[in-house]
Amino acid sequence: MGKISNEELLNKLNAAFPGQLTVTGEPFGLLTLETGRENIIDILSWLKNDAALQFIFLTDITAIHYPEQEKQIGVIYHLHSLVNNVRIRIKVFMADGDVHIPTATGLWHGANWMERETYDLFGVIFDGHPDLRRILNVDDMTAFPMRKEFPLEDPNRVDKKDYFFGR
Amino acid sequence: MPDDRCSRVNWKGFCIKYIMSDIQLVDAPPGVEGAGFFATSLDKAIGLARSNSLWPLPFATSCCGIEFMATMASHYDLSRFGAERLSFSPRQADLLMVMGTISKKMGPVLRQVYLQMAEPRWVMAVGACASSGGIFDTYSVLQGIDEVIPVDVYVPGCPPRPEAIIDGFMAIQKLVQTETLRRRSEPQYQKLLASYGIQ
Repeated sequence: MGKISNEELLNKLNAAFPGQLTVTGEPFGLLTLETGRENIIDILSWLKNDAALQFIFLTDITAIHYPEQEKQIGVIYHLHSLVNNVRIRIKVFMADGDVHIPTATGLWHGANWMERETYDLFGVIFDGHPDLRRILNVDDMTAFPMRKEFPLEDPNRVDKKDYFFGR
Repeated sequence: MPDDRCSRVNWKGFCIKYIMSDIQLVDAPPGVEGAGFFATSLDKAIGLARSNSLWPLPFATSCCGIEFMATMASHYDLSRFGAERLSFSPRQADLLMVMGTISKKMGPVLRQVYLQMAEPRWVMAVGACASSGGIFDTYSVLQGIDEVIPVDVYVPGCPPRPEAIIDGFMAIQKLVQTETLRRRSEPQYQKLLASYGIQ
């Protein structure tokens, strides 16, 4: 258990950013918040620089795709306060076709490759990123393979065709 | 006691039986033999020499590579087939052994390695991943290395046992022995390379 409880953390956040955060759950004691992309850098910056909280460690930036939602693509930030041993998760959802979010590379250099990976797999465009290009997949790939509409299996594969199995 | 069945005993009196391995030499190719001479065709003589001195280039990326290490080690001992000299430079290698999953990003690297090998060159796809993509039927994995380079022998298995790799190696040797010297300049072979975009 961390030195700061989730309730205390939430109160501080609500005092600093009134009405800009919504709590979506607390699974396994991990406080999960949702916000808009206008506030995300301010919130991250405040969490990092606050003298008491010190969320100095960016654990991960990733994304998720819910095709049935109106705002399909979500970017997820995991922060860890090493001093207080507390974690927090912040989600930002965006509509498909307008997947822009400001970069966090100004706060953490480590965000560079995380954002490149998120761009590579989900097509999230991080505005202001110094070098936003693919990192894991081949450079000439045009699709974003972790989106749900992308077929997982390789279409070039011939040995799994139905006629080989009498179907 | 030394007797006719045991020529030598150790200090405890146990028989020391020297088990000499049954050394087999390569048979001479078919030809005309007489007193002091032997004549055969150049194809056969060169095929014999090449097949028993193949220099493999191990392109090992995953668990099939571990099986290949076992194949090279003392128990299975690939050097019995004249292949103990692994070439880690493609320039000097005769046989490209691709062992493991090749991702699409690795494809151009593999192709470059193949292009750097001098003719005559042979390729062996070891294991399910190199042959067909294996269980990795996904967007990021090459569905068989024959999408980028021509392959001579496929070894099935996930991963194949060392015996299977040796069996594949012997199939390569058979190819090398029976190949005509002019095969590499034949139109069929040129066409095959051209289908991969290789001059």
